[in-house]
Amino acid sequence: MRILYFASLRDKVGTGQEDIALPSEVGNVQALIDWLREQDETHAAALADMSMFRVAVNQEYAQLDHPVSASDEIAFFPPVTGG
Amino acid sequence: MIRVQREDFDVGAELEKLSAGNPKVGGVCSFVGLVRDVAGDATVGAMTLEHYPGMTEKQLAKIEAEARERWPLEATLIIHRYGRLEPCDRIVLVAAASAHRQAAIEACSFLIDWLKTQAPFWKREETDGGTRWVEARESDDAAAARWRTDPDRAAE
Repeated sequence: MRILYFASLRDKVGTGQEDIALPSEVGNVQALIDWLREQDETHAAALADMSMFRVAVNQEYAQLDHPVSASDEIAFFPPVTGG
Repeated sequence: MIRVQREDFDVGAELEKLSAGNPKVGGVCSFVGLVRDVAGDATVGAMTLEHYPGMTEKQLAKIEAEARERWPLEATLIIHRYGRLEPCDRIVLVAAASAHRQAAIEACSFLIDWLKTQAPFWKREETDGGTRWVEARESDDAAAARWRTDPDRAAE
C-alpha cells in the first residue's frame, strides 16, 4: 500500500511517501491509523489528533469506516488552505 | 474547465474566452484570489502553495460539476496556481458564465467557497519569524456550509 503525507503531516512524519506491506487484519481507515500509530513514535505523534488531519483513499475524501486494501493509495493531510 | 498550473494567467483573456462565440451568455462573474503581505501581525514575504496532484484535479472537477448541476451555467473556469508566490501575485481565478447575473454570481461564490474547503492545497508562509503552514479557518468552513443542501428541505 502506498501512503502519502502532505504539508504539515509530511513534516511531522518526515517523509512524503512510504510503501507498506498491509497486514491482513487492517481492513479500514481507522484500523490503518491505529496500525500506523503502533509503528513508531513519529507516526503516533503525527496521527495523534484526528481533528488535525483528513484522509483520502484513492484521491477521494474518506471516513474512518472506509475500507482499505493493499492496492489503495492513502493520503493524510491537514485541513486544506488553498484559494 | 480546470487548470492547475505553476504559471500566471491573464484574467482578461481567460474571461473573454469563457463567453467567446456564445450569444447565450448574458453575464460572467469572476473571483481572483491574490497573495497578501500580512497574516495576523506578521509580514509575509512570500508563500509556497503545495497540492496533491491527481486529487486536486479530481476535487476541482467535482466542485465544477456540482456548480453546473445547481445553476444553469454556460461555462465555468477554475485556474489555481501552485509553487512559490509573492505578495500581489494571483493565486486563483474562478468564473461562471450564465444567461443571467444571479446564477453567475451565486455559482462563482459557491465555486470559491467550496474550493477553499475541499481542494487539497496548502499554503506555507515565509514571514519575518520563519516559515509556517497556514491553518484552516473556521470562517471558510462557515462560508462553505451555507451552500450545503439542507437535508430536511432536500427530502421534500
